[in-house]
Amino acid sequence: MKTPLLVFNQKGIYCEAADVYLDPWKPVKKAIISHGHADHSRWGHQQYITHHTNVPIIKHRLGDIPVTGKAWNETFTINGVKFSLHPAGHIVGSSQIRVEHKGEVWVFTGDYKTEDDGLAVPYEVVKCHTFITECTFGLPAFKWLPQQQVFNDINNWWQQNQDDGRTSILFGYSLGKAQRLLKHLDTSIGKIYTHGAVENMTEVVREIADLPPTEKITRDTKKEDIKGNIVIAPPSTHGSPWIKKMVPYVTASASGWMTFRGARRRRAIDKGFVLSDHCDWQGLLTSIKATGAEKVICTHGYTDIFSRFLAEQGYDARTEQTQYEEENAEQTSK
Amino acid sequence: MKQFAELIRTLDSTNKTTLKVEALAHYFKTASDKDKVWTIAILSHRRPPRPVNTRLMREWASAFSKIPLWLFEESYHIVGDLAETIALVIPPSEESSEKSLNQFLQEIIELKARSEEEKKEYLYDNWFSLNYYERFVFTKLITGSFRIGVSQKLMTRALSKATEIDEDILAYKLMGNWDPATTTFTDLVLEEKPEDYLSKPYPFYLAYAIEDEPQSLGDVKEWAAEHKWDGIRSQVIIRNGELFVWSRGEELVTDKYPEFEKFINLIPDGTVIDGEILPFPKNEIGTFKDLQTRIGRKNITKKLLEKTPVILKAYDMLEWKGEDIREKAYQKRREILEQLFTEVASEEIPLHLSSTISFQTWDEVAKERERSREVKSEGLMLKRWDSPYLVGRKKGDWWKWKVDPLTIDAVLTYAMRGHGRRSNLFTDYTFGLWDDEKEELVTFAKAYSGLTDAEFRKVDAWIKKNTLERFGPVRSVTPHHVFEIAFEGIAESSRHKSGVATRFPRILRWRKDKKIEEANTLEDLKALIPK
Repeated sequence: MKTPLLVFNQKGIYCEAADVYLDPWKPVKKAIISHGHADHSRWGHQQYITHHTNVPIIKHRLGDIPVTGKAWNETFTINGVKFSLHPAGHIVGSSQIRVEHKGEVWVFTGDYKTEDDGLAVPYEVVKCHTFITECTFGLPAFKWLPQQQVFNDINNWWQQNQDDGRTSILFGYSLGKAQRLLKHLDTSIGKIYTHGAVENMTEVVREIADLPPTEKITRDTKKEDIKGNIVIAPPSTHGSPWIKKMVPYVTASASGWMTFRGARRRRAIDKGFVLSDHCDWQGLLTSIKATGAEKVICTHGYTDIFSRFLAEQGYDARTEQTQYEEENAEQTSK
Repeated sequence: MKQFAELIRTLDSTNKTTLKVEALAHYFKTASDKDKVWTIAILSHRRPPRPVNTRLMREWASAFSKIPLWLFEESYHIVGDLAETIALVIPPSEESSEKSLNQFLQEIIELKARSEEEKKEYLYDNWFSLNYYERFVFTKLITGSFRIGVSQKLMTRALSKATEIDEDILAYKLMGNWDPATTTFTDLVLEEKPEDYLSKPYPFYLAYAIEDEPQSLGDVKEWAAEHKWDGIRSQVIIRNGELFVWSRGEELVTDKYPEFEKFINLIPDGTVIDGEILPFPKNEIGTFKDLQTRIGRKNITKKLLEKTPVILKAYDMLEWKGEDIREKAYQKRREILEQLFTEVASEEIPLHLSSTISFQTWDEVAKERERSREVKSEGLMLKRWDSPYLVGRKKGDWWKWKVDPLTIDAVLTYAMRGHGRRSNLFTDYTFGLWDDEKEELVTFAKAYSGLTDAEFRKVDAWIKKNTLERFGPVRSVTPHHVFEIAFEGIAESSRHKSGVATRFPRILRWRKDKKIEEANTLEDLKALIPK
């Protein structure tokens, strides 16, 4: 039997024919990176290849690394294997990685979502024979509402809190979710304040996308100025002393995990908004079908359940272990 | 229903008690009287009998949402709540119902007698024509107890805020056996009607565990100590020639303890005794396990009565000669109780007195506590001699001072996802101890409390990475982690694989310093069984 075009080994997803890794989790010679989240773009590779809009993001995170930027749909050949990057719609600069060799096409999604969030270049269907998909929210319990509806709820919540004399604190991961939230907040209600980690990443994203003005909370920021406005902060700040400056405040988290009432309750967050940068159940099924793939490999998420369902639908489906953070309801960030 | 669903949605939008109380109080001021009665009933865990069994509901929900049953079951294990799972997997609807909560509940009550086909149709129609929160609430009303992070106490506080009736008086009014289908809000809450109070117990006074050394309570002479019994906290009521037995869970359990019928002719009308129901096989106090053979039974057979009789260990008097004497000092109430006891006590009467013990020094109290296991108590209760009988859990006059639990170091072997606020998180653990050859781990207890949220998250992440096998919702894991397990009591048991049953096992500490080889053996555990 010939070696498959891509295999999962100790270091990552490996293309032997090209001697290249996709989103490796151990240091390698040459890595093609889908997007800037820490579990997909790790430190220590000798050469990075990624979409050019992701270059400033990973440089911000990893320092001055040797990185080459590519355009969407630009084919580059390594040892006779053709690679190209295609929008994944997950966060700014996120791509799917297409690999073609001797007429066989594989696509690795990295993380992706099907809805246009108005910030990341929207997900594009790429035809392939084998589709390597994440399935973070691969359960029929997950169904996303159109984001406009969710943002209306978020803006109403902010307005209500302001009327009640409270500051709104909205938790979201510094890269991706924070900017998506910023982009759609109604700035006629008030000012947007940010935590330092969010502000720094937002500065980087401003090079690529148009975002409303924000103000970083520093030691000199006056308590009275923040009151009634909204603060975007990483989830890790919940319960930390940093947040005391915002009293009286109301907290909310925007994440796919907020689907579960229990996930919100045990994190002691007041309000949960169901908003995710991943596909919901139907989004996963629709995109898999659209690729025309016969073989599907499920990586992180509810992999066993999801691949069993796919197999019943007639796909040649299996799971593979990766070291992409088994994202779960305990990190309600993404 | 709209208003009730909106209330639940609002309660779900805040983690702050004051805001929850505000939302509830607002509801109690604006909802219809019938809906209010049902809301009180639901939030105090009084609901109509389940009209459809959950197996059928799971089958129908998976059929309606066009997913295979196994996938529905997997989703349920992860979501952790059946009504929530159903509300999530059925295709979303933006519709809403104009029917009131009362109408829905009347329909649910009538549903029980309908045919399976009719039930299916009823659920189908409603699932498809209600929005997410209405659908969740509707299904929750059918499936089970309404635990949504609002305690009965919190509900009572809100009702008090809305009606300006004292919270303690409300707690008293809401106790007992009332039927929400026939009770009006005026009857239940607003109006004073003495004849309704015939069966009504008083709210129990509960103690907190003592925080410091007992010396901090001051002069030992102001305090009475008595043993803390491990049975069912109960109130025994004799009024109008009738007997009522209430358990602390506000359940009327008179029928389960026919032994107490003997009290009717001996104890005068207008008497309420607070005490503990204890198993009394072979004329001595048994274990809680003995009592369990009585708790679950619907039919109390003669054989069972002979094998495991019960007694009432009386410790307080709340009503005497028809008068509420809770305001009197504990010492005075005890005098009345002891007087009654001397008059009626005999071998045939299942009434025992829980003795109070006076001490000269706190050291003597501590020594008495050491004897607890010997006399089959859980430790001591410390009660201030001049204290009134208060409502609910209050600090100051009553303290429990339990014996230190028994402990053993065990290995985590299986894990299951939790429910409610622990849904989708592996928090329910099974622990094993080494067999004689130290080769195999034998399951001895399950525990799901005692770790902090942060520790649970760590163990959860570890379990997800170290699963050996899956059996439905249960996962076996690589034996690796040692936990110190505490428990209150221990007895031999033929029902357990280990041959031992432990009482209230919980996790005391995560022993990261110990390797699995250092965990205890089953022999070590058995050595703790009192001879």
